[in-house]
Amino acid sequence: MSAILVTNTPAATVPGTAGSAPGESTPQLPLELSAGERLLSTGSEWTFELLGRYDEAIHAIAANEFGLDTYPNQIEVIASEQMLDAYASVGLPISYPHWSYGKEFIRNEHLYRKGARGLAYEIVINSNPCISYLMEENSLPMQALVIAHACYGHNSFFKGNYLFRQWTNADAIIDYMVFARKYVLDCEERHGHAAVEETIDSCHALMSHGVDRYRRPTPLSVSEECDRQREREAHAWRQYDEIWRTVPRKSASERRQGERPFPEEPQENLLYFVEKHAPKLEPWQRELVRITRKLAQYFYPQGQTKVMNEGWATFWHYTLLNRLFDHGQVDAGFMLEVLASHTNVITQRGYDQPGYGGINPYALGYGMMSDLRRICESPSDEDRHWFPDIAGGDWRQVLDFAMRNYKDESFIGQFLSPKLMREFHLFAVADHAGEPELRIDSIHNEDGYRRLRRLLAAQYNRDNQIPDIQVQHYERRGDRSLTLRHRQHRGRPLNGEASEVLKHLGRLWGFTVRLETVDEQDRPVGEVLSVG
Amino acid sequence: MSIVIDRRLNDRNKSASNRARFLRRYKEQLKKAVTDMVGERSITDMDQGGTVSIPVKDISEPSFGHGPGGDHESVHPGNRSFQPGDRLPRPSGGQGGGGGEAGEGGDGRDSFTFALSREEFLSLFFDDLELPHLVRNFLGEVRDHKWQRAGYTPSGVPANLAVLRSLRTAMARRIALGSPIRRELNRVEQQVTDEGASPKLEAERALLEQRLRKIPFLDDMDLRYRHRVRVPQPISRAVMFCLMDVSASMTEEKKDLAKRFFTLLYLFLTRKYERVQLVFIRHTDDAQEVDEDAFFHDPQSGGTVVLSALKLMQEIIAERFPSGQWNIYGAQVSDGDAFGADPEKSRALLAEQLLPQLRYFAYLETPDNPERLSPLMHAYSRIDSPHFATRSVTERGEVYPVLRDLFRKEAAA
Repeated sequence: MSAILVTNTPAATVPGTAGSAPGESTPQLPLELSAGERLLSTGSEWTFELLGRYDEAIHAIAANEFGLDTYPNQIEVIASEQMLDAYASVGLPISYPHWSYGKEFIRNEHLYRKGARGLAYEIVINSNPCISYLMEENSLPMQALVIAHACYGHNSFFKGNYLFRQWTNADAIIDYMVFARKYVLDCEERHGHAAVEETIDSCHALMSHGVDRYRRPTPLSVSEECDRQREREAHAWRQYDEIWRTVPRKSASERRQGERPFPEEPQENLLYFVEKHAPKLEPWQRELVRITRKLAQYFYPQGQTKVMNEGWATFWHYTLLNRLFDHGQVDAGFMLEVLASHTNVITQRGYDQPGYGGINPYALGYGMMSDLRRICESPSDEDRHWFPDIAGGDWRQVLDFAMRNYKDESFIGQFLSPKLMREFHLFAVADHAGEPELRIDSIHNEDGYRRLRRLLAAQYNRDNQIPDIQVQHYERRGDRSLTLRHRQHRGRPLNGEASEVLKHLGRLWGFTVRLETVDEQDRPVGEVLSVG
Repeated sequence: MSIVIDRRLNDRNKSASNRARFLRRYKEQLKKAVTDMVGERSITDMDQGGTVSIPVKDISEPSFGHGPGGDHESVHPGNRSFQPGDRLPRPSGGQGGGGGEAGEGGDGRDSFTFALSREEFLSLFFDDLELPHLVRNFLGEVRDHKWQRAGYTPSGVPANLAVLRSLRTAMARRIALGSPIRRELNRVEQQVTDEGASPKLEAERALLEQRLRKIPFLDDMDLRYRHRVRVPQPISRAVMFCLMDVSASMTEEKKDLAKRFFTLLYLFLTRKYERVQLVFIRHTDDAQEVDEDAFFHDPQSGGTVVLSALKLMQEIIAERFPSGQWNIYGAQVSDGDAFGADPEKSRALLAEQLLPQLRYFAYLETPDNPERLSPLMHAYSRIDSPHFATRSVTERGEVYPVLRDLFRKEAAA
């Protein structure tokens, strides 16, 4: 899911990034009088016919002029209650029932009714066809903005970015969720609400560690397996030597001792390990584990590309709609409303301003995307020095390449320019356990650019966000206990919830589960948590 | 090409089942929150939904994450005056580094607050309780009727004439009766054009036209009248009498118990009836009808004559609430101290004259000494009626269970 949130700030607190964006940033009245004939519509009320017309116009520009490659679009108009519903089911149009979605729904509804939070203008689902929700309350310019943002921005990102290509199957997700929902409902009927809820609770607790980051090798086919077997036999035959028969054999117990530990290498996908190896799980529970694991995997690319994805979509709604204006297809009033929302969305508050909630991915992403275009179109000496490869290049190719082959971490590490760091007034604070005070590590100056960029990129590195916890050992022949190892990243301990999560894992595993912590040199730290 | 779909008419309550699951899971916590709310509300305000809070830690979903400590850096925007190497005091309490987690919406982090609808509030409140004789009251003892439309009928009074329907029937009749004649007429005219006019054909035509004219525009059989029937209607209003002894021996604490008891009863009734009226009767040695505020808060002094209150109740019923039109409930709270002939007379009045008119009467005693059987309780305990119940409570926590007890489903059997 990705969504533009309505910020409740006045548009006055807009940082410099918005105005300085290159391209057709200031709307001007169409010069020729005949332009009025080309207007798609006037007034701010939308109708279904108008939505279709705008979509067509935006599509023409996106596909023909800028060559955006997209899935077909399915635009759905919904009411605000339905938007709240869509929030609750993590943005999927259908999901299995669970209390935590109810909690999410209640929380959002409460905040919305109190007026503490606006609703997202849109939700877009990474599926084929790409489903986007528009809210019926929005005015026509907003609908056009959302169509450009979701149906062409996000959509092309979903289709192009390597993480999405590798990890999500846009054709199948909706069908899979239909299956998952039905399966969970059936399980509830057969095994009772409580049992199903318990299992899903436990899976949810482990969801952040239920993700593959690398492809597993595809299983061998029968013929490949046979070939390999023949090769091995041939090898053994060639290597055969009578002398090996004279070596005394080990006794059975010695052989047992020398048995290799299991798993041979640590496993980081805890849910996968549970699904495949948990000794006590019923088949239906295994399937539930699998469902949540699939869901976690589906959302994995979204978490890794928040800045890029939103930046890409925001850049394109801005570019596409400005192009509509250039063509005289929309009037200045339309553009003003679009720009008002646009600036709202890309507002970045300073660390000391009220309502600061970290770096706004829309602001950073949009800033970087339009900065890339600027570097290509009108590079300064500094840009030529920092980005010799792309300065003065074709911005469409550069942006397209970046969109396809990067995630947040690498994108920032590669493309964040000194100019943007200055515009954002970025600075890094070091919080070291050994020091009594915080220290300003680096700021947006000549000495700090590289380090600042590395630190910001690291902030989007999954390893920094999620503790490194892996399956170390499964005592298959003994008490069936499972040992996890947490390798501390720069001395950062686990939070207080670890023992709770461990209880959940213990419930799935059915036997003792231990969690040991080691430092970066594999020396044990603290005590071993144990459950069961 | 894109497809635009209107989904606004789709089910809007997709999350209802998830919401219900959430409420079911946290029923215990919610019940507690609801019970706390009861203490703070006036009786009549009680039947609204409300905002409840439950501790966030009870509903959190744990996951592995980094805790405070260790080394890390965080990048923030909006630098104004910092230079590399500047030192800042560690923010107290929060995450080191004033990190990204700050300012995640102003809503309190300690409790999860949300609104319960009226239905959810009440059903949490009452859970599996059921008023006795409810089924009978709703379906069995029907004493009220309502006129309801029931289509059309061929007979009736002129005031109920359905003009449109009548004319429509008339038109149908005219078409039906006229069509064979018209067919004949057509045939004749065809003959005239084919064979030329002849006196025989002319006469035939004149006859047919006359027949056609004679079909009446409106006939008695066309008339339709709006049909109305009397349907039995359960009585949807109730009156609840709150009787309380406010003599000096009733302390504030006991009044608080009483308030809770009345509240619960009131809530029950509002759930079952469209309209519920409250009548507050307080008594010392003399009974008065008062408003809620005076009922609970005005200090009074004097002796205790229970009979006076029952008599007043009887008068009010006779005057304002004929038992054929109202479901009457009574609830009495007293510490049970009554003297002389009063308990016995009260029992007689209640059992013989009042109870036959009432749906239910509950007596709640708040004795000073739970061991001792009070004179009033002694007298009341001899009333043997399925519409009557007595209980004795000394602590706040007992009120709710008592109510459950009094109105348990099985009691109706």
